[in-house]
Amino acid sequence: MDLYLPIAGLSVNILVIIGLGGLVGLLSGMFGVGGGFLTTPLMIFYGIPPAVAVASSAPQITGASVSGVLAHRHRGGVDYHIGAVLVAGGAIGSLAGGALFRFLQDLGQIDTVVNVMYVVMLGGIGIVMARDAIGALMAEWRGDRPTSHGKRHHPLIAILPFRWRFYRSGLYISPLAPFLLGLLTGVMTVLMGVGGGFILVPAMIYLLGMPARVVVGTSLFQILFVTAATTMVHALTTRAVDLVLTALLLIGSVLGAQFGTRIALKMKPEYLRLALAFIVLVVAIRMLLGLTWRPAEIFTVQAL
Amino acid sequence: MASGRDIHGPGAVKKSILLLLAPLLLSAERPRLVPDVSQRKIDIIYSFTGAELLLFGAILYPGGRAPSDDAQIAVVVKGPSQPVLIREKRKVAGMWVNAHSSSFRSVPSFYALASSKPIGTIVDPRTAVIYELGIDNLQLSPASSDYPEEERRFEEGLVDLKTRGGYYSETAHGVEISEGVLYRARIAVPARVPVGRYTAETFLIEKGRVIAAATRDIDIDKSGVEAFVTKASIDHSFLYGLTAVALSLLLGAAASTAFRRFRD
Repeated sequence: MDLYLPIAGLSVNILVIIGLGGLVGLLSGMFGVGGGFLTTPLMIFYGIPPAVAVASSAPQITGASVSGVLAHRHRGGVDYHIGAVLVAGGAIGSLAGGALFRFLQDLGQIDTVVNVMYVVMLGGIGIVMARDAIGALMAEWRGDRPTSHGKRHHPLIAILPFRWRFYRSGLYISPLAPFLLGLLTGVMTVLMGVGGGFILVPAMIYLLGMPARVVVGTSLFQILFVTAATTMVHALTTRAVDLVLTALLLIGSVLGAQFGTRIALKMKPEYLRLALAFIVLVVAIRMLLGLTWRPAEIFTVQAL
Repeated sequence: MASGRDIHGPGAVKKSILLLLAPLLLSAERPRLVPDVSQRKIDIIYSFTGAELLLFGAILYPGGRAPSDDAQIAVVVKGPSQPVLIREKRKVAGMWVNAHSSSFRSVPSFYALASSKPIGTIVDPRTAVIYELGIDNLQLSPASSDYPEEERRFEEGLVDLKTRGGYYSETAHGVEISEGVLYRARIAVPARVPVGRYTAETFLIEKGRVIAAATRDIDIDKSGVEAFVTKASIDHSFLYGLTAVALSLLLGAAASTAFRRFRD
């Protein structure tokens, strides 16, 4: 079943795109990540122009996050207080990201920068998460009591001034920490076409020391707003948002997110983290190889 | 010269006039092409997966002269030209990054050539360059010609990219000529081509030279919902963005509600 995408300017198989959306939705519900780090490269691989892939995945991540946020809100898993600070940072970050994007595009180095960012961030986070999850599982197999890490925030966070109380997360930290985190993910949303969940979730656990039960919901809450803002930025500047493509991806992802949330509730958090670490590392390694192997295309064409 | 072969009887006077005028009519001696295309307008709608154009027509020989055996036909479908920037990746410190770049002022977005025999065997090289017959003869107008060798490399890279993408093609024996008079050729237009005004050119070639040519325009444009969506994204980008956000919020919330009801 083929359908023509008006903005992308090519026809695609409906089922492939819905399936892609479904996969992302599943990840989104399970791990609280937008899944953009997987869809954007896959769409580009399928032949969709990179600009359209990046711009159209933003509203798709919004859609997947809504159902995720609603599902988590139902069981009190969203800290709106920290969420609002994250969103404020994210909004400013996405504007800065837009300017940075244009600058790098003019230099012709946007692809390289994005790929290096993917490798460094995904690689680093994947290793930390895998080590942690494996450690926790090993301890459990040996019959130890599960080590209670992560309840305390990182010493660097404690240095920051103006502490606020975030009751739902049980934290007393400076709002600058979540603000900067939101800023970083905002930049990434624009540059990489990702929600930034794969940065947010580990950072909330390991840096801010937020309890696991509010991490996924709060991360989705921030992603929801930042991707909605990014969609508007793209619609107004790059004009690369393809509504038909977005709708197809959405159908898959909102359904996938529901199943993902369900799976997340039944699985042990350690296994969940290990699975996410595995996926993140696979993508990082693939990106690293992409940078060092001779690319399939030496030449790239850009319309002037 | 067989110009005045009159088959309708009362032609003695006419014949002599024609003989007198013969030097003036030499240009009319040349055969004429009557070309047509199966579609003057290609509408891109939701189910568009590409189109197949049929280019056909007749070669008219003046005065019903017997068709020449070595007359060959070449047809070219060309898309709108655009300026492009092409970048080349180089290995720098173990990573492949964009290093050099070059720009070309007029790069056809689409170029398909079909001929009755391999194009290199029916036209002389000079004619091929003049009429841009063959992918290698496209005039891409490099913006700077300081380093001809480098330009050459970029041009090859660009053409290779376009060819493998299905935008540029050459089909030898793609034109069928029957009885030396009627010809037809099929040219496939992939779904990814940009919209705009395309031209279908037909060339009659004899003894290595083009002796007649004719052009028809083909408009490729989005229509229906596709046209509406494209126009909205440009003319009302703010509303378009809001629609995208609203759509995502609505679908997400709907799925969530539906599933909760389903579960309870």
